[in-house]
Amino acid sequence: MLNFIVRRLLAMLPVLLAVSLLTFLIASLLPGDLALVILGDQATPENVAALRRDMGLDQPLWWRYLSWLGHVVQGDLGRSFRTGQTVLQAVAERIPVSLQLMLMAEFIGLLIGVPVAIACAARAGGAFDRFMTGSAFAMLSMPSFLTAILLIYLFAVELRWLPATGYVPFTEEPLANLRFFVLPALTLALAEWPGIMRVLRSDMIATLQEDYIALAKAKGLKPSRILFVHALKPSSLTLVTVTGINIGRLLGGTLIVESIFALPGIGRLLVGAIYTRDLVILQGVVLLVACGFVIVNFIVDMLYAVLDPRIRHGHA
Amino acid sequence: MATLELSVPDEEVAAPVGRQRKLGLLFWIASAWVAIILSLAILAPVLPLQNPVDMDMLERRAAFSAEHWLGTDGLGRDELARLIFGARVSLTVGLIAPMIGLVVGGALGLLAGYFRGRFETLVVGSMDVLLAFPPLIFALAVVAYLGQSVPNLTIVLGVLGIPAFMRVARAATLTLARREFVIAAEALGASHARILLRELLPNVILPLLAFFLLGVAVTIVVEGALSFLGLGVPPPMPSWGSMIGEGRDSLDVAPRLAFLPAAALFATVLAFNLVGDTLRALTDPRQGAL
Amino acid sequence: MTAPLLTIEDVAVELPTPRGNLRAVDHVDLSLQAGRTLGIVGESGCGKTMLSRAVLQLLPKKAKLTGRVMFDGEDLVRLEAESLRRLRGRDLAVVFQDPMTSLNPVLTIGTQLMETIQEHLELDAPAAKARSIELLAAVGIPAPEQRLAQYPHQCSGGMRQRIAIAIALSCEPKLLIADEPTTALDVTIQAQILDLLAREQRRRHMAMIIITHDLGVVAGRADEVAVMYAGRVVERAPTQALFKRMHMPYTEALLAAIPKLETAPHTPLPAISGRPPDPTRPLKGCSFAPRCNYAGGRCHEAKPVLTSAEMAEHLYACFHPIRMTEGIEA
Ligand SMILES: Nc1ncnc2c1ncn2[C@@H]1O[C@H](COP(=O)(O)OP(=O)(O)O)[C@@H](O)[C@H]1O
Ligand code: SF4
Ligand SMILES: [Mg+2]
Repeated sequence: MLNFIVRRLLAMLPVLLAVSLLTFLIASLLPGDLALVILGDQATPENVAALRRDMGLDQPLWWRYLSWLGHVVQGDLGRSFRTGQTVLQAVAERIPVSLQLMLMAEFIGLLIGVPVAIACAARAGGAFDRFMTGSAFAMLSMPSFLTAILLIYLFAVELRWLPATGYVPFTEEPLANLRFFVLPALTLALAEWPGIMRVLRSDMIATLQEDYIALAKAKGLKPSRILFVHALKPSSLTLVTVTGINIGRLLGGTLIVESIFALPGIGRLLVGAIYTRDLVILQGVVLLVACGFVIVNFIVDMLYAVLDPRIRHGHA
Repeated sequence: MATLELSVPDEEVAAPVGRQRKLGLLFWIASAWVAIILSLAILAPVLPLQNPVDMDMLERRAAFSAEHWLGTDGLGRDELARLIFGARVSLTVGLIAPMIGLVVGGALGLLAGYFRGRFETLVVGSMDVLLAFPPLIFALAVVAYLGQSVPNLTIVLGVLGIPAFMRVARAATLTLARREFVIAAEALGASHARILLRELLPNVILPLLAFFLLGVAVTIVVEGALSFLGLGVPPPMPSWGSMIGEGRDSLDVAPRLAFLPAAALFATVLAFNLVGDTLRALTDPRQGAL
Repeated sequence: MTAPLLTIEDVAVELPTPRGNLRAVDHVDLSLQAGRTLGIVGESGCGKTMLSRAVLQLLPKKAKLTGRVMFDGEDLVRLEAESLRRLRGRDLAVVFQDPMTSLNPVLTIGTQLMETIQEHLELDAPAAKARSIELLAAVGIPAPEQRLAQYPHQCSGGMRQRIAIAIALSCEPKLLIADEPTTALDVTIQAQILDLLAREQRRRHMAMIIITHDLGVVAGRADEVAVMYAGRVVERAPTQALFKRMHMPYTEALLAAIPKLETAPHTPLPAISGRPPDPTRPLKGCSFAPRCNYAGGRCHEAKPVLTSAEMAEHLYACFHPIRMTEGIEA
């Protein structure tokens, strides 16, 4: 098992390195002079040249990459030239918001997706199954910014039950905090459940055809035990995978949802950095998000191993 | 082992099942919708429409009328004209970007699946790197550097689609490369190029084209999201996403300004998904095993 | 004579397929006394599994079942779900063909054994565990206590089949159905598993249906044998009587297909030439006619029904029974 983890960790290194290189190249090769952006259009050429020297922009590309990477490895991702905040500070401040949003969204998504999938699989082809499969398909075509608009219109504008925008930390006012999070989390969850439901449903339908399910019936087990233990447990692996894959989409989703609902999370930080052309923050956040994504996938792989006895015992 | 299993001739196994599945009413409605939107978008300049960027500050958020069939938006621009010209932008990006993915990703997948070995490892590895970036964030970042314009948007979204097309093409090639007709061609001494182009490509292209339609749907969504945030198509050019974004501010007084483009976007994405999914199910190489 | 434990009356199973209705079981009548063993023999695809699933009420959802399955005084076909559930696993147990697929891969062996025991017997967890260990020991599994925490993939095929048998025996069933319990196993273990089944059957006084494609398997182990072909029972007799004198040409062909120990390995088996009729296109005459060496004109026109031979318990369905045909018009 330890061997397995180490091997996977080592396999992750080249990917992380390539991710950093790509992030760096996007920021460096594409048109748009960082010095010019910082100083504005009215800057004199001398000023620009001086700043370029200060920032090391006149050095060769490979050298700039290595020195940047050197700093990154030491935890120095740079400092915003607009707010003076370091990337790490800015990210650390906003991470709790995004995490809370993603966790609540995934939780609500599972809360809708899993029971629907089980109910559909138990009576595959029935009226409920066909209706929910159709709804899930339609929901997959519904971009989250549409869902957001619809929910805001319904619950904030028409019914006035929930606030459309705003945020307070959970530690200050837990209830108000949750009220602010309901609509954004629901928006993301409504995009999440169809994927969860579809994958789990087809997985469980396949499982229910297995010999061991027939044997479980022949053993006289209760239908609930057959469904929830014998059929659902083999599918938990699939569920972990889907959840892991979802995180990439969720990250993209937080970007939009945080902007719409004015939640001060990572997504809003990124969008704000783009509006203000704060390239240091942009580069740093993209790098962190991409690395975080790679690491999440690694963790999903590990969970896989813990959940599936066949992998755990090296019988892959 | 002493079994009485008798070998069953092939014709029995390859019973003609599953192929002649009916396409269904929904498929045809969706195709019709795609056709209508496509022709409206293409014909927009010659249709008797008002100018989508002409403002009329006296007629802001006007209701439906003979002059403005669908009313006007917050700046007094004709909503119908903006919807139809918005379709132009959404469909241009939505159709061209996946073509980049189709061509580049398809070629990479075909080559990786056929030659295997180091080349395949390299291709799959670099795609993993690209996949490490959440697509929307990648697109946002690159567009922010490159500058907001339709071509830039198209290229970025196209590049983002490459890994998915690569996977589809590679998977299809891997299953095909072991089939008799490919092995036979190899045995007959056909060149790699000939096998790739004559034997594999025609069979891989079908699943790829079905996947292309799903790619169109995804691209329209991402383009819509970027424009919604004001980071996609630059104003005053109308795009469904930016129209929804602008309409959001008047949800209380004129919700239709958000809901009209929202309905158009949803219907179009759903239609592409429906058509694409139906065709994918039909062209899935694994389907034969039913 | 007491009432039989199991009576299968006029059972037919139809499966809708894209090519039309498939009659997997075609009006079968069988019965079995408590504590006795019935062998069901026939080549692959003749409907043995479907018949056993019909008894267990485990047919695919789309299957149509007609007839009656009387078990211990109750008609299983019409029994409501909850009573059926209480019966299955306790009085009526089964061992499937493939031990690689019949155990749940993500549950431990202990869980899969104990859940059955706790479902049907009023035992607490420690008692159920003790019973599980006893059962594993009884089916010949070394270090049974350690096995409980293991997963199926950690055991060999033979081990898994022993575990499946332990599960089946766990509530002292009145009837055990073993559907080709050794077909998926290594030849060297086949006899061990069959002997284990026979031993436990005698020890627990349970009735057993042993299903196989190999007439040799039932030879010393079943009290009675039913030969199936194309969904029907074509010959049925006490085992002794059948081997002394078989009347149905198909049974004879099956006998010829038994591998003999004295033949050198890898000699081709004298399999029956031709193949069974397409079950979606039933023949008008005897289903075996296209492959039968004795077939005459009548064989293609009408279906032979089961009739008694010289003794009442020996039934066969054939117009030109062998070893009786001498002297009768061909
Ligand atoms: N799930 C199924 N759906 C349709 N036909 C089936 C199914 N299972 C088995 N059959 C068909 O039913 C017939 C009897 O099969 P089975 O009872 O499994 O035979 P056996 O166990 O004697 O080998 C065969 O013709 C087989 O093709
Ligand atoms: S009835 Fe005729 S065809 Fe059928 S087994 Fe007897 S002899 Fe052969
Ligand atoms: Mg069988």
